Amino acid sequence: MVVVAAVRSFLQVAVTEEVASPLRVVQIEGLAMLKIIKHCKEFSPSLVTGQLLGLDVGSVLEVTNCFPFPIREEDEEIEAEGANYQLEMMRCLREVNVDNNTVGWYQSTLLGSYQTVELIETFMNYQENIKRCVCIIYDPSKSNQGVLALKALKLSDSFMDLYRNNNLTGEKLREKNLSWVDIFEEIPIKVSNSALISAFMTELEADTPVTQCDYDRLQLSTNPFMERNVEFLIECMDDLSMEQQKFQYYYRNLSRQQAQQQSWLQKRRSENMARKAAGEDPLPEEDPSNPIFKPIPEPPRLDSFLITNQISNYCNQINGVAGQSFSKLYLMKALHEN
Amino acid sequence: MSAGELTVLQFTPSPTSLSAKVHPLVIFNICDCFVRRPDQAERVIGTLLGSVLPDGTVDIRNSYAVPHNESLDQVALDIDYHHNMLASHQKVNPKEVIVGWFSTGFGVSGGSALIHEFYSREATNPVHLTVDTGFTNGDATIKGFVSVNLSLGDHQLASQFQEIPLDLRMVEAERIGFDVLKKTAVDKLPNDLEGMEDSMKKLLALIDDVYKYVDDVVEGRLAPDNNIGRFISDTVASIPKLSSSAFEKLVNDSIQDQLVLLYLSSITRTQLSLAEKLNTAAQIL
Repeated sequence: MVVVAAVRSFLQVAVTEEVASPLRVVQIEGLAMLKIIKHCKEFSPSLVTGQLLGLDVGSVLEVTNCFPFPIREEDEEIEAEGANYQLEMMRCLREVNVDNNTVGWYQSTLLGSYQTVELIETFMNYQENIKRCVCIIYDPSKSNQGVLALKALKLSDSFMDLYRNNNLTGEKLREKNLSWVDIFEEIPIKVSNSALISAFMTELEADTPVTQCDYDRLQLSTNPFMERNVEFLIECMDDLSMEQQKFQYYYRNLSRQQAQQQSWLQKRRSENMARKAAGEDPLPEEDPSNPIFKPIPEPPRLDSFLITNQISNYCNQINGVAGQSFSKLYLMKALHEN
Repeated sequence: MSAGELTVLQFTPSPTSLSAKVHPLVIFNICDCFVRRPDQAERVIGTLLGSVLPDGTVDIRNSYAVPHNESLDQVALDIDYHHNMLASHQKVNPKEVIVGWFSTGFGVSGGSALIHEFYSREATNPVHLTVDTGFTNGDATIKGFVSVNLSLGDHQLASQFQEIPLDLRMVEAERIGFDVLKKTAVDKLPNDLEGMEDSMKKLLALIDDVYKYVDDVVEGRLAPDNNIGRFISDTVASIPKLSSSAFEKLVNDSIQDQLVLLYLSSITRTQLSLAEKLNTAAQIL
């Protein structure tokens, strides 16, 4: 019995393009994480950004180091200085054997309001040069609640294609079945440390049974945080209702225009019939110079999507904190009864 | 030996209140630089950045490695690199200035005196930090030194490195969840509910410990310690004394507030999905 193994010839393998495996996990080193946290915390509440350096290995994106960007003034000539700074930093870090490969950028945010058009534009800019890039978002205000609010984001591929072709009309979106959930993809984060550092940390910090983190988590006063969240939520709802109104206006105009077109067409047809009866040439049934045939531009959907994303973020945060408060309150109740 | 006056060996007394606070980021950075050092180098040298607090303690906040060449009797430091990095760092954070320098390896070596002299020209009274990456004592040792001049009459003889107390400020690390930084790999960051569960378990364990201790003391198994006893009674007494109806009311009010918020956010979510349907699904027929 001859067993025939299906072996691809070398030529076949060379011809098929290598498909990049999808990004599944972002592995960040403790050093990079601490640097991001320190930078964001020092300058909070203003928002800061920085560059991530690391390696792109298979389905894991490793972030091994990072450096902060100086706060940019409004002046345009600082543009060149910013680029110089970046080059200088990369050159210097290269001399001490740090990975010189840009894999993305990080930015701080305030209560999770980071979904803006600038984020998308920055993503598109980076994507042109780097095959895979990721954006890490850190929220320094949430660490007062005892939670590490570090997220890794990336734009979904389908959204990127549409955006690149500037094709964000309702038709296309319905075709691809793309809704506001599909714009950003969150990628899970893993933390890794070199053995040397973990040896140091284990030695230096004794294992206390309770850390400061626990004290923060068990705090009962979450009101200020919730209040700010709800405030932002209200503002966003206002924006969303404005966008809704824009859409309604557009649709109303569109249907009115169509009605006008129909009536004009009727008139033309009856005119043509009269002309035919009189033996003259019929007039064309279309008249591009007539203003009622001008196509009305569709309002962009991108803003409403982004606002929807933000709102859902706020809602999630409120849910999370409310859930925690419940447990804390019941704990207090039990404590008192004893 | 010239006959005549006896000169007295004197050294200027060290400033007694000098101590240094080190942020964990600095240790991480130093370890990382050490792991990435070029093959022929035995140790890593670099600059420490930070600030001097008004009460005299040195707050070490950031650091960067500087390439150097070391042979038996000579040390060459890349000064341009050092100044370039300093300029870049100061663009981001102009308040961070040079406060000293670090080197890996146990103790202070001969070349260190020369480097220290260079750094004392850059900053007043620089702090020298040694991080023992070789674990020579079987222990992780991080030591800080300042140099004190030994002078004989008018001539300066030598500088003595005197150790100063170091304080590892673990502020941010504690906030995050220290286990994440200790292990070599963590699969995912703990999300908030898991963290909550963790904290509550720890609280329960603490209460159990205290309970066991009090039991042991009451039954005579352990000698009572008055300090601990006072501490425990303080803690128990710190629960605010409210009548149970007032307390019930407080708790119920808070629970109702949270419920209202949950309800609002669920409604908002529903509204979002409706809005989305209206926006994209509408078609002009």
